Amino acid sequence: MSSSQDDTATSGASPPAASAGAALSLHRQLTEIWKTGPGWQRLAAVNHSVLGIRFMVTALVFFAIGGVLGMLTRVQLATPMATFMEPGTYNQVFTMHGSIMLFLFAIPMLEGIAVYLTPKILGTRDFAFPRLTAYGYWCYLFGGTILTVSLLAGVAPDSGWFMYTPLSSNVYTPGINADVWLLGVTFVEISALTLAVEIIVSILIMRAPGMSLDRMPIFGWYMLVTALMMILAFPPLILGSILLESERAFGLPFFDPTRGGDPLLWQHLFWLFGHPDVYIIFLPMAGLLSTMIPVLAGTVLVGYRAIVVAIIGLAFASFGIWVHHMFTVGIPHLALAFFSTGSAIVAVPTAVQIFAWLATLAQGKPRWNVPMLYVFGFFSTFVMGGLTGVMLAIVPFDWQAHDTYFVVAHFHYVMAGSIAFPLFGALYYWLPLLTGRVAVYRLSVPAFWLIFVGFNMTFFLMHLVGLLGMPRRIYTYPDVESWTWLNLLSSVGGFIMTIGFALAVIDLLAQIRFGRRVRRDPWKAATLEWAMPIPPAPYGFASIPHVETRADRVAVGEVAPALARGEGYLGFTRHGWQETLGVHMTTGEPEQLIVLPRTTYLPLWTALATAAAVLSMLAKLYWLTALMAAVTIALFVLAARMAGFDRDYGRLPIGRGVSLPVHTEAAHPPAWWALVFTLVADATLFTSLVFGLLFLWISAPNWPPDAVPDTDLALALAAMAVLGISALFARAALHALVGRRAPRLWMALAALALLAVIGAMVVLIAGLAPHPTAHALGATAAALLTFVVVHAGIGLLFLLTATLRLASGHASPRRAIDLHLTRLWIDYTAITGALAIGLVLALPALVTMLGMRP
Amino acid sequence: MLSLPAMAGMLAGCTGPLSTLAPAGPAAGSIASLWWVMLAGATALFALVMGLFALVMLRPDWARRISPARWIVLGGLVLPAIVLTPLLVFALLTGERLLPRLAADPMRIEAEARQWEWTFRYPDGGGAETPGVLHLPAGTPVDVVVTSADVIHAFWIPRLAGKIDAVPGHANVLSIEADRPGTYQGLCNEFCGLGHTGMRFDVIVHPAAEFPAALAAAAAGKVQP
Repeated sequence: MSSSQDDTATSGASPPAASAGAALSLHRQLTEIWKTGPGWQRLAAVNHSVLGIRFMVTALVFFAIGGVLGMLTRVQLATPMATFMEPGTYNQVFTMHGSIMLFLFAIPMLEGIAVYLTPKILGTRDFAFPRLTAYGYWCYLFGGTILTVSLLAGVAPDSGWFMYTPLSSNVYTPGINADVWLLGVTFVEISALTLAVEIIVSILIMRAPGMSLDRMPIFGWYMLVTALMMILAFPPLILGSILLESERAFGLPFFDPTRGGDPLLWQHLFWLFGHPDVYIIFLPMAGLLSTMIPVLAGTVLVGYRAIVVAIIGLAFASFGIWVHHMFTVGIPHLALAFFSTGSAIVAVPTAVQIFAWLATLAQGKPRWNVPMLYVFGFFSTFVMGGLTGVMLAIVPFDWQAHDTYFVVAHFHYVMAGSIAFPLFGALYYWLPLLTGRVAVYRLSVPAFWLIFVGFNMTFFLMHLVGLLGMPRRIYTYPDVESWTWLNLLSSVGGFIMTIGFALAVIDLLAQIRFGRRVRRDPWKAATLEWAMPIPPAPYGFASIPHVETRADRVAVGEVAPALARGEGYLGFTRHGWQETLGVHMTTGEPEQLIVLPRTTYLPLWTALATAAAVLSMLAKLYWLTALMAAVTIALFVLAARMAGFDRDYGRLPIGRGVSLPVHTEAAHPPAWWALVFTLVADATLFTSLVFGLLFLWISAPNWPPDAVPDTDLALALAAMAVLGISALFARAALHALVGRRAPRLWMALAALALLAVIGAMVVLIAGLAPHPTAHALGATAAALLTFVVVHAGIGLLFLLTATLRLASGHASPRRAIDLHLTRLWIDYTAITGALAIGLVLALPALVTMLGMRP
Repeated sequence: MLSLPAMAGMLAGCTGPLSTLAPAGPAAGSIASLWWVMLAGATALFALVMGLFALVMLRPDWARRISPARWIVLGGLVLPAIVLTPLLVFALLTGERLLPRLAADPMRIEAEARQWEWTFRYPDGGGAETPGVLHLPAGTPVDVVVTSADVIHAFWIPRLAGKIDAVPGHANVLSIEADRPGTYQGLCNEFCGLGHTGMRFDVIVHPAAEFPAALAAAAAGKVQP
């Protein structure tokens, strides 16, 4: 652009008087297209604003439930030898407190924030896969409900939130309590994983044109890194849960030391997830702080590049330090020293952020208001939690403090404090965006101080009682010890904090009703989410801006009216389409016109079918599970069948003199990238499985097994070859379609090849020695071969979907995405399949090498 | 507001049968010293960061004179490097000193955990077995071999040493030593189900010279004063 002060340029120079009417008319047309209907039609919502709010409100409800459970533990522990709860009840209560706070509050809350805020901050109209967002929401709601209802029914998980086996195995927890955890949490995790893929794809290719990655507001970077961490961190836990559930349900001894399994494998898989999870929860909160602090100080963020480097470094480091949760399991000291050093080094990127925020405050004129009070609350709790974190990273100290209340205090400072304070600060900060009203601070300030004082009183004293030797997870304690008064004060503090949270929530609700109306941008912020009328219309931006500088320096006052007049991209409607733009991943050049699906009940039905599968699994009605899983899959195929268009459009104008292809005809539509990142997650799961096998081989007791594996070499090699051939057929099919020839024969051949592979795998699994239920060696071999079966099966679904779409005209030489996706999936299946089968073939050699095991 | 300095005051004189801050053995003693050093350092750092926050909010003119790059380099890189490097070296040396002394071939005691009780066996003491009570000689390093018969437990005598997990299928070794004769308390420190809270044991430390006789008496069922 020619003018340098013009931050976000928009084309056209229509006269203001005429354009006011145009803006209103555009608003009406867009609303008609993007709105969610009233009444029951709300259940069909796919809009990111609607779903983002639903996620956040539901997460707050679970926060309240988790909070009540936390208070129940404080009632029980307030006095020695209390009889308020039986130990069995107490075990359920503390297990559910942790599980709810982490899986049903913290992660869904960050997802809700991501869904609601990210498209607005990035200057686009919605996320890439609205129906997937809706499906993710329903899965979360149903999974969370299953867990909560189990608590009311008295069959809630009771083995602690990290579910250490063998305690959580069917020998020591025979009821369905542990199954509820494994199935319910996995259900929620899979929804989190789908959302993570969606967040990544949306951030990478759905920004305002001109917003190259280095112009992206810092919040986008935080969410991108967080979502990338999610797709790498959740698969180990999902794998662990699947393995533990198959041990419980089908007797496959992955973790049973008497049959060649190892309980430590569960700990590794759990903490491979569990440690990054801490940063997955913290980083979005830091992203909110990095967005709010500059505005509250009236300046721009200091150290943007340093922060980007720091959070990427933090993400890498967080995957290398999971063992610091396992310093007492008997790992050699020098190995511990490595993980200890890594854990301490995490202090560096964290300190970079803390000092960047201090420097930002120093460069501006910070104002004391309610969000700033919460920033203060965050600083004090986070610094304290960080310092005790460094202490716990020191191996000898951890040998004393591990699993005592010192650790409970530490992680409440870094998790509870460092989420709750930024979160409530952010709720006050973005409340005008959500409601169109600015807060009137009467109740807000006392509510903050109650939370702050109560929080520190509750958790600070826990450091002390932990050093005095009080272990975690005991339901009561004798009076003779010096713990009594500390516990009583902690409990009193807990009630003060709870009253504070209750007041803050009442205050926030009251602001929705009684806050002062405001039209736009009450904070004089400079990010794009404020460049729209508030509360936002369902379409967000009436037209999409072109970004010329870093997008946290937007002249909101000038840009917003121009966008409302339709002077950006897509400032018009066409065919009743929900249109937005796709851009180049790094440069932000516009590349495709993305047409999003309208409201539909399909996500609700699919999630209900999924929930039915989970519930029937809990009830051990495995035939029903298979049926419901089939229904779920059928609904997914149905959703895919109806996606996109049944004709070619060529290039279409998007305004400002630019024309782009529709996403169905683009080289790399969102679906392509979604599959790429799904495969990254899937490869992580596969790697975790291979790690599991090698870990058991190196470390588990009762190896080698009695029977030496004797796999049918010819059949296994043939299966590997046929897998490779199926990939060639898939490529031939794609080549044929693009070359305007009939692809059906090649697709049929690929399907036949995959069916043959599945058959071979079933034969190999049936002939496994040792039997999968007899020894972990057989169980892991069965798991590897089942992995191939599942992937070949999904490959068949890809082929089925593509066949249906070819028949209905949804696929064409220019709209060949279906066969591109099929090709990619089957390539991946062939590679991982060859590795899996090869590993199974190598098992005899591995067992022979066991003589060398130390 | 409560803060780290307040903690130091409150901890002085805080003892108890399970207090890690009332050490009665060399391992617990060196970890307690490590704690006091870290507490002092953490208090100083907490005061520094919160002091800077207060300065930034209350004296913006002063704070604005420091360049942004200097904030980030000094606070984010230099400060952690200065604090962490000596701490990690010191901790590594401390940890190495606490490891079981394989070369010295100390006395071995087996501690087997099961839901929800402890059994102690003394291969060097004629195969004696004492359920629920661990007998130790004073001033003598002992390697405790910790195992589990069912789920994961953890063996912990806070006043003597750090803890180690009892993992089924694995045997972990913890080196402990008590300075003086007396009675101490130990407990299970890994959640192990309904009876976890009550899974405690007593530790009776005898003068080293009297230990064989005391152990024989205890194993024979006579209660030792």
